[in-house]
Amino acid sequence: MTVWHIVLLGSIACLALKFAGYLVPARVLETPTASRTANLVTVALLAALIAVQTLSTGPALVFDARVPAVLAAVVLFALRVPFVLAVLAAAVIAAVLRLLGWAA
Amino acid sequence: MAGPASPEAGTPERAATRSAVAVGVATAAYGISFGALSVASGLDIWQTSVLSLLMFSGGSQFAIIGVLASGGAGAGASAIAGAALLGARNTLYGIRVKPIIGGGFWRKVAAAWLTIDESTAVSTAQPTLGSQRRGFWVTGLIVFVGWNLTTLIGALLGDALGDVRQYGLDAAAGAAFVGLLWPRLRALQPVAVAVVAAVVAAVLVPVLPPGLPVLVAALVAVVVGLLDLLGKREPVLEPPVPEEETA
Repeated sequence: MTVWHIVLLGSIACLALKFAGYLVPARVLETPTASRTANLVTVALLAALIAVQTLSTGPALVFDARVPAVLAAVVLFALRVPFVLAVLAAAVIAAVLRLLGWAA
Repeated sequence: MAGPASPEAGTPERAATRSAVAVGVATAAYGISFGALSVASGLDIWQTSVLSLLMFSGGSQFAIIGVLASGGAGAGASAIAGAALLGARNTLYGIRVKPIIGGGFWRKVAAAWLTIDESTAVSTAQPTLGSQRRGFWVTGLIVFVGWNLTTLIGALLGDALGDVRQYGLDAAAGAAFVGLLWPRLRALQPVAVAVVAAVVAAVLVPVLPPGLPVLVAALVAVVVGLLDLLGKREPVLEPPVPEEETA
């Protein structure tokens, strides 16, 4: 398998998964249980992505500049700072911590 | 959902557009780091751009280049599987968003293409059908155009940019997801699910292949949702109303 095969097969698989969602009958989600579960799945995925994006490098758990940066973002969102500013602040904090050599 | 708490909030459609632009621009900017990391992982500029055009799902794209970076083309099967597993959540998003989209075949094809974390999250956070529709398309289109442009820029910068971590772009990704999650944490049940899912995913990172910890963590939500653990008597229906619009 060449890199091109991998790129194209992976892309087709991901596109097919997207289309699959539109082929499921809408009434499947009309029950309170299904609706609640779908909402919670979104919450769980976002929370899991935060953990993975913040704490992992490949298969290793790493505590580096991302951790204080993302925690700062949590505080900023709690203070209702606009999205773009909070995300930018997280990047700046991580960059500065690394520049100063205070965090990896 | 992510805009400032302004008293002159305007119509739900305008609020949706504001959220969509904020989320879209922030997410699109992160494409720079994807482009740069992809080239650093051994893909060329064309392969990098095709991923952003066709796959168009950040998590899956990072998963596939991550596996290729460590395993090369020999790890192709697990790279594809990782991307697909991480992309499976877009199926759930499609089920959620389909009733909002409406329209005919081609509109659904376009919508499916643009169905990602951000477009779904902004859309389902809006209070009315019109604003949900507006939120989906504006977010999806801004992210699509921006993500592909910044992917190309990032790939071209590539080596010149050096270590994207130096600019804190890896931390920005986590922070962006915090911003998407925050408006959903309005009750005990989602807070509990979020905490457990995050812990489960982190614990599983060293154990499972890339992409899988996130999907296993989603099972937490399925169990809690089906059994309605920690829920109120009456089911809490979506969408989570953005704070600035209830204030």
